[in-house]
Amino acid sequence: MASAPSKLYSGLSLALSTIFFFFKVVEGLDSVIADDVSLVVVLLDTNPFFWTTSSFPFSHFLSHVLAFLNAILTLNQLNQVVIIATGCNSCDYVYDSSKTANQSFGNGRMPTLCATLLQNLEEFMTKDEKLGIEEAEERITGSLLSGSLSMALCYIQRVFRSGSLHPQPRILCLQGSPDGPEQYVAIMNAIFSAQRSMVPIDSCYIGVQNSAFLQQASYITGGVHHKPQQLDGLFQYLLTIFATDLHSRSFLQLPKPVGVDFRASCFCHKNTIDMGYICSVCLSIFCTRHKKCSTCGSTFGQAQSDDASATNRKRKAPDS
Amino acid sequence: MKNGEGRRLNKQAGEDDEEEEDDLEGGLEAWERRYAEDRSWEALQEDESGLLQPIDNSAIYHAQYRRRLRALSLASSAASRIQKGLIRFLYVVIDLSRAASEMDFKPSRMVVVAKHVEAFIREFFDQNPLSQIGLAIIKDGVAHCLTDLGGSPESHIKALMGKLSCSGDSSLQNGLDLVHGFLNQIPTYGHREVLILYSALSTCDPGDIMETIQKCKKSKLRCSVIGLSAEMFICKHLCQETGGTYSVALDESHFKELILEHAPPPPAIAEFAISNLIKMGFPQRAAEGSISICSCHKEAKVGVGYTCPRCKARVCELPTECSICGLQLVSSPHLARSYHHLFPIAPFNEVPSSRLNNSHGRSPSTCFGCQQSLLNLGNKPGLSVACPKCKKYFCLECDIYIHESLHNCPGCESYRPSKPVAASGE
Repeated sequence: MASAPSKLYSGLSLALSTIFFFFKVVEGLDSVIADDVSLVVVLLDTNPFFWTTSSFPFSHFLSHVLAFLNAILTLNQLNQVVIIATGCNSCDYVYDSSKTANQSFGNGRMPTLCATLLQNLEEFMTKDEKLGIEEAEERITGSLLSGSLSMALCYIQRVFRSGSLHPQPRILCLQGSPDGPEQYVAIMNAIFSAQRSMVPIDSCYIGVQNSAFLQQASYITGGVHHKPQQLDGLFQYLLTIFATDLHSRSFLQLPKPVGVDFRASCFCHKNTIDMGYICSVCLSIFCTRHKKCSTCGSTFGQAQSDDASATNRKRKAPDS
Repeated sequence: MKNGEGRRLNKQAGEDDEEEEDDLEGGLEAWERRYAEDRSWEALQEDESGLLQPIDNSAIYHAQYRRRLRALSLASSAASRIQKGLIRFLYVVIDLSRAASEMDFKPSRMVVVAKHVEAFIREFFDQNPLSQIGLAIIKDGVAHCLTDLGGSPESHIKALMGKLSCSGDSSLQNGLDLVHGFLNQIPTYGHREVLILYSALSTCDPGDIMETIQKCKKSKLRCSVIGLSAEMFICKHLCQETGGTYSVALDESHFKELILEHAPPPPAIAEFAISNLIKMGFPQRAAEGSISICSCHKEAKVGVGYTCPRCKARVCELPTECSICGLQLVSSPHLARSYHHLFPIAPFNEVPSSRLNNSHGRSPSTCFGCQQSLLNLGNKPGLSVACPKCKKYFCLECDIYIHESLHNCPGCESYRPSKPVAASGE
């Protein structure tokens, strides 16, 4: 009497578990497909002030980068690449692999990616140069990294909105120009927004000195920062360090962040300090005691709007 | 049971009869309770031909967002230069009287409040890394301190997630007295704030609450209240006297919105805090593989940590106060997190849809930030916004993202001004 229902029960449970296993596998397949598909937004530095003084010519640099981009697209059929050019007077999108699938600028000698990108880059740089024609500065001007970072983050937000099966986005900065201190606040805003959306910012710095902004960006967002020693082998560095998708990075030994300097610089002398005084109103950093804050104009130890009264002046005692 | 259910549905409007509410959990299953108040049919609309279509949520969301922005900018345009209180010392007072066990918020008011206070604490430290929070509860007519003022979110959240029970009456005066005592001891450059999450409809006080309110006003405490039941005169009076905000939550999502509104720094009243120079240290990371005794856990640790520049003690995380010499330790990204409060971006202007259909073709058809097309299907112009400074066009979603999370206008950042005028920042 117990055998028939128990056989039925065991048969049913076997069938159900097979179905659940099947669904799990399919589910697993879905997440595996989504896990190693990447969307790489490349911020390409086209600042002519930097490239004319660099020992590494821009044409060689472009050939390494083009080979690297083609490699990314061949790693996975669903990978996407978007390129934003960072000029010295403007920033703009110059290539989107999902959009140009149907265009065929290729004339048989060059693949479509290269031809489209080179044409768009040329148009961008002509426009960029025209915008800066009123300037006549001899000093090297930086590029507008904060602008292209902001545009990249807006594009990535659009990708997030497009549905549950989207590629994993990340940003790669190929930068050579030095940091522009006037962009500090904007770049930090972009970095914190990227950290909140969990978008890593990788950076490859090909300039002369170190870039503190890019080191901080990669450290805070969980990306990789590298300054290649030999620029002739740039393609090798790019392919081995920056080409892998985020899921596979846990299996690789990538350059670790060493010596990221988070000390602040004081607003009065621009020296790096490890102990300083902060204005409680505007958070400006000073290395020595001042009577008045140079940024917000508040007088220390007194209430803002009242005139200094005797009792208030006594309260100016330090509170360390 | 049907009677009770009918009464519960009617309770959405006014909550004055909470004493009459029966215990309904015997009648409904848990899954039934979830749907008892859910009216998903209200999210559908009929168009002209009688076909059903869901309400276009994105346009509504965007309209709400712009209304909120306009209200904020109207408030701030009253003064020429609005200061924000960036170094805040906030006490969150949670009412755990018997009214907090009401179940109009699922599963009970107390659980919902605890959940959202946890999210609020994380958001608060994200936006104000130099500030400190303390938690207090009111239970059985007496106020207790749950956690002291501190800058680390984990300790507060751990205390909150412990077993919380509610009973007795609630006493607003005792709560205010308690936090007043604690907040009187903080340095003068800090902004003192209290956020009261009040569920009850009455307060049982040992003395004259008006005196306590005057005392708080004199100590420059800014008290805000979020009510969960109905509006009370005494809470409104308290907030008006001390310069805080009073709001009453209609449901759980509204409550979440109201409590998260207190995360960004409020406009500071200039006389409230004496501006002062605060001595802070910027520690360096300890070298990889170095072994030292950590001063917060009192045990030996390897590698990752920071060294106080004054006394060379090791601390595990930033921002914190060095437990040996008392120096505030921060890193420069922590300060940078607050800079966007000082340099906010202007709200974008709405573009009338007719402009996009211009035959000149001067208006761009794609969003400058994300390259999404600004035209609807069929080339009809959709809603878009434009930055008043750089005149670039953005889609609605980029507008929300830029103002809520990014705090940079991509158009303004991508164009170098032709004359060397300081754009922003240092």
